[in-house]
Amino acid sequence: MTALIPDFVMLPWMAFWEGLPPLMQLLFSKTTLIVFVTVCIILTVAFTTYFERKVIGYMQGRIGPNRVGPLGLGQPFADVIKLLIKEIVVPQKSNRFLFIIAPLLSIVPALATWAVIPLNPTTVIADINAGLLYVLALTSVGVYGVILAGWATNSKYAFLGAMRSAAQIVAYEIAMGFALVGVLMAGGSLNLGDITRAQAGGVSHWFILPLLPLFLVYFISGVAETNRAPFDVAEGESEIVAGFHVEYSGVAFAVFFLAEYANMVLISALTSIFFLGGWASPFEGWTFLGAESLLREPSFFWLAVKIAFFIFVFFWLRATFPRYRYDQIMRLGWKVFIPITIVWIAVEGVMAWLRIGPWSGMAG
Amino acid sequence: MFHAILFYSFAAILVVAALGVIFARNPVHAVMFLVLAFFQSAVLWLLAEAEFLAIVLVLVYVGAVMVLFLFVVMMLDVEVEEIRGGYTRYAPLGIVIAGLMVVELAQVIWLRGKEGFAVDGFRPTPEGYSNTEALGSVLYTEHVYAFEIAAVILLLAIVAAISLTMRRRPGLKQQDIASQVAVRAQDRVRIVKMASEKPE
Repeated sequence: MTALIPDFVMLPWMAFWEGLPPLMQLLFSKTTLIVFVTVCIILTVAFTTYFERKVIGYMQGRIGPNRVGPLGLGQPFADVIKLLIKEIVVPQKSNRFLFIIAPLLSIVPALATWAVIPLNPTTVIADINAGLLYVLALTSVGVYGVILAGWATNSKYAFLGAMRSAAQIVAYEIAMGFALVGVLMAGGSLNLGDITRAQAGGVSHWFILPLLPLFLVYFISGVAETNRAPFDVAEGESEIVAGFHVEYSGVAFAVFFLAEYANMVLISALTSIFFLGGWASPFEGWTFLGAESLLREPSFFWLAVKIAFFIFVFFWLRATFPRYRYDQIMRLGWKVFIPITIVWIAVEGVMAWLRIGPWSGMAG
Repeated sequence: MFHAILFYSFAAILVVAALGVIFARNPVHAVMFLVLAFFQSAVLWLLAEAEFLAIVLVLVYVGAVMVLFLFVVMMLDVEVEEIRGGYTRYAPLGIVIAGLMVVELAQVIWLRGKEGFAVDGFRPTPEGYSNTEALGSVLYTEHVYAFEIAAVILLLAIVAAISLTMRRRPGLKQQDIASQVAVRAQDRVRIVKMASEKPE
């Protein structure tokens, strides 16, 4: 890496860097990392919209966007520019301050959660002990954007969307939290890096096998939590027009959109880390790939592959299933998922007692 | 020094937010001020290196309790004028409670300080010390009975709340989800074969 930069730039820079106090060094390196990760997420989100339209297009026998740039790859940028130059219309009887601040309240938690996501074995913005709790706390804060948007708009459609969303998110958060209790029991830590390290040693060590029901509950709750189809009753364009963002336009609408897709990427990343070993390679221990094979090394590449797979599943679900009826969403959350997670936590207790699965190496 | 600046700035926002809860004219604004106040107190706990309590405060109060609160406040069409009227009526009670709390705080800070409990600032925790683990190991060993009793009381509250609000009305039409799921096409649709007809 350093070989790419010529010496006459590198040497004064190194001298400058060494001369800084440690607090400034920390501030500089963390700020650079935060800006880098944020820009990467926003670019990922931009191309996720393109990916979604292509995937759903092919699933429905169409080609999807193909006009802007080669293969239509310029489409996300065309969309962004279109939304940026549009006017933000604030309804006259709305609550102006909350109307403007609501999109921000939904994007900030979606981006802030990335602070504890381990990207590869060495890179994580904040390596904190209570990482899993932090993830749960921030994903639960994201609902404020939706509720406040629905209320501040002062329209019944928006308000209905907000109420639906609030009830749905509160219901699925409990199932999500219980599923993560299972992960916590198997990983033996609240630190996301330690949870990933606990799954090292090939596919058979990943938590998806011993925790299969929790994996399904977590991912489906994640789909519900991000308000994606088939759980998108908060938007429900066939009944309540567009739900909570019915009066939003221009950049304010774009920010809601960005938050929804950023949350999708986030849920995909979290599912990969909790159940599929995060950065771990599926070919770990496959000796015939060659002794020096990069494919066997844990790296960001594998995390990216897993994230891309789960994002694809999000689109697959959207193209396959019709929207759930509202009362059935509630039934699924409260009467199916929560009992499943509680039963599986008890099963995990038995597995830990008998020392099978992830607990086989445990001492005592 | 840096620590002190952080503490006082967050504490100032906390006080402003708490005042906002009382003085905001709009009940939804008051709830949002309360959310801000919870966030600020979580930050103060983080500064005291109590990261578990701080995050749990955000998770439980901001993430769940206040969402339901907001839900209810939005559904109620609260008349602002009526609240203004109640101000003077409840003022004496409010002043008494505020006075009591000031006295208690003074007792903790001043009397305990004289007995030598005061330390200058929080003691930094040793490297590799996990707040969550420390809390868990005490909670599940020394205080396990108190912890279990608290859990049972909470469960009792849930059961009581449900049994108080659940009424069986006669003649209510309800769906049987299991039979809906188990239904097959041949139960509902009958395909009739018939010869094509031509009007004469």
